[in-house]
Amino acid sequence: MLKYTAKRLLLLIPVLVGITFLSFAMMRLAGGDAVTYMYENAGTAVSQEIIDEARKEYGLDQPFLVQYGRWFMGMASGDMGTSYVSGRDVYDTFIEKLPATILLMLSSVLLTMAVSVPLGILSAVRHNKWPDRLIRFFSFTGNSMPNFFAALVLMYFLSVKLGWLPVVTSENTILSLVLPTLTLTVSMASKYTRQVRAAVLEELNKDYVMGARARGVSGKVIIWKNVMKASMVTIITLLSLSVGSLLGGTTIVETIFMWDGVGKMAVDAITMRDYPIVQAYVAWMAVIYVLANLASDILCHYIDPRVRLGGERR
Amino acid sequence: MRRGAAATGKQKIKKDITKKKLIVFAALTLILLLAAAFARYLCPYDPNEQNLLLAQKPPGVEHWMGTDRFGRDMFSRVLAGSTISVYATLVLVAVVTVTGTLAGMICGWRGGVIDTVVMRVADLFLAFPSLVFALAVAGVLGGGIQNAVIALAVIGWPKFARLARGLTMAQKEAPYLMAARLAGSSTPKLLFKHILPNIAGPVLVTAVLDIGTMMMELAGLSFLGLGVQPPVAEWGSMINDGRSMLQIAPWMALAPGAAIFVTVMIFNLLGDTLRDYLDPRQRG
Repeated sequence: MLKYTAKRLLLLIPVLVGITFLSFAMMRLAGGDAVTYMYENAGTAVSQEIIDEARKEYGLDQPFLVQYGRWFMGMASGDMGTSYVSGRDVYDTFIEKLPATILLMLSSVLLTMAVSVPLGILSAVRHNKWPDRLIRFFSFTGNSMPNFFAALVLMYFLSVKLGWLPVVTSENTILSLVLPTLTLTVSMASKYTRQVRAAVLEELNKDYVMGARARGVSGKVIIWKNVMKASMVTIITLLSLSVGSLLGGTTIVETIFMWDGVGKMAVDAITMRDYPIVQAYVAWMAVIYVLANLASDILCHYIDPRVRLGGERR
Repeated sequence: MRRGAAATGKQKIKKDITKKKLIVFAALTLILLLAAAFARYLCPYDPNEQNLLLAQKPPGVEHWMGTDRFGRDMFSRVLAGSTISVYATLVLVAVVTVTGTLAGMICGWRGGVIDTVVMRVADLFLAFPSLVFALAVAGVLGGGIQNAVIALAVIGWPKFARLARGLTMAQKEAPYLMAARLAGSSTPKLLFKHILPNIAGPVLVTAVLDIGTMMMELAGLSFLGLGVQPPVAEWGSMINDGRSMLQIAPWMALAPGAAIFVTVMIFNLLGDTLRDYLDPRQRG
């Protein structure tokens, strides 16, 4: 187990190097760095010397590979540089905003599970009956809805029309968590319900289910004790894969609802060409994504020891 | 699997229903594509003409979807926006499908170093949340629809490369291919005349099913201000425009949102039905 975890963590390194190198390269290729942008923004014409001076300060005058190497070594030792815009330490800014995003992700994942696991099972058990059709209709509808539109629809009905929730809040409170969580849940749950349904359906068609039925085991027991346990592996694996789209979704949803997390920070940084923040964001998201997948693999192994950890995943 | 006359009869009826559904959704898609192509001529008003006297009129007989804060007709803008939203997505999906399939076919055919290198790069992209990377790329390249398309294309091709590679490798061992080889067909002929038609089905289904997702991601980038720049009408940026007016003029955001919703739904229905039609075994 330890060996396996270590191996997977080592595999994280090439992914990180590759992704950060690509994004680093593109940011440099794009031309127009933060220094020019900073002064353009200030609206003051400055001499070339001042620009050169500022470039030197940020290390932007160095060759590309040196810049990248320096940045990567810095990141490995916990130093992610300073923001071009606010002048603050990137690492500190991140640590400050990360809990809000993680809270949002956790609440969305939990709500998604709470909604789609029962619905998926119901849909599979009542295969092609009206509950199944209804659930399939809703999951199809939710699947065709971009999350920013879902956000606005929810906002319109729950906040503007019914006035139950604040439209936007300046602070992260429990009440302001409701709308972003619902938004992320709509798109995630509609995908996920379908997958739970498919996993349970597949399991229901296996011989042991018929065997259990023949022996007179009640339907409820079969579903919750046997089928659920067997489908759990698929369900958890799929959930960990959807963490990727969840991470993308948080950027949009946090921006809409002014939720002060890393997603909103990244979007702001992108529009202001604040490279160190964007870089750190891309790297952090890769880490979170890989760690979530690792956690799900280990969890699956505990639930079903037949799942071998050393084997090929694809 | 039950066999016999009754079962095949049932299957045939199912297939006939699927065929009818496919025709209906294909027709809907065609209407959509034509509307998007000729949107300029279908608009009742000039989509960019401002008239502040008519600003923020709710939907009514004159303006079906109301007007925005500059008094521009929302229905005309939604219609005009369809051109960019639909065709940019189609270009994106076409680019991703062609490059991905080509790369995958070559990898599956050649194997060896090329295969290893390209597939490792593909894995890199697959192991990463796509929208996060697209955001970074679009942000770096700056706004504009071309750059948004490029950003999503960069992260979109590996899926098709993986699919085409697997399919090509399966076809490589097929007897018909051996026969074609013995008959002296050249490699390009083997790849494009023999393998490609045999792997086109699953690739096509994946491509059509991808249209909806890509459209939502493209609109998402525009929504964040990284795609189309105002005053050009595009659904994502129109929703962003209407977002702050949600309390006063909700139709400004809801009209383009509904347009994306319906369009994505049509493409998804087409993709699902196409999959059922081409491969009934995969039915969920």
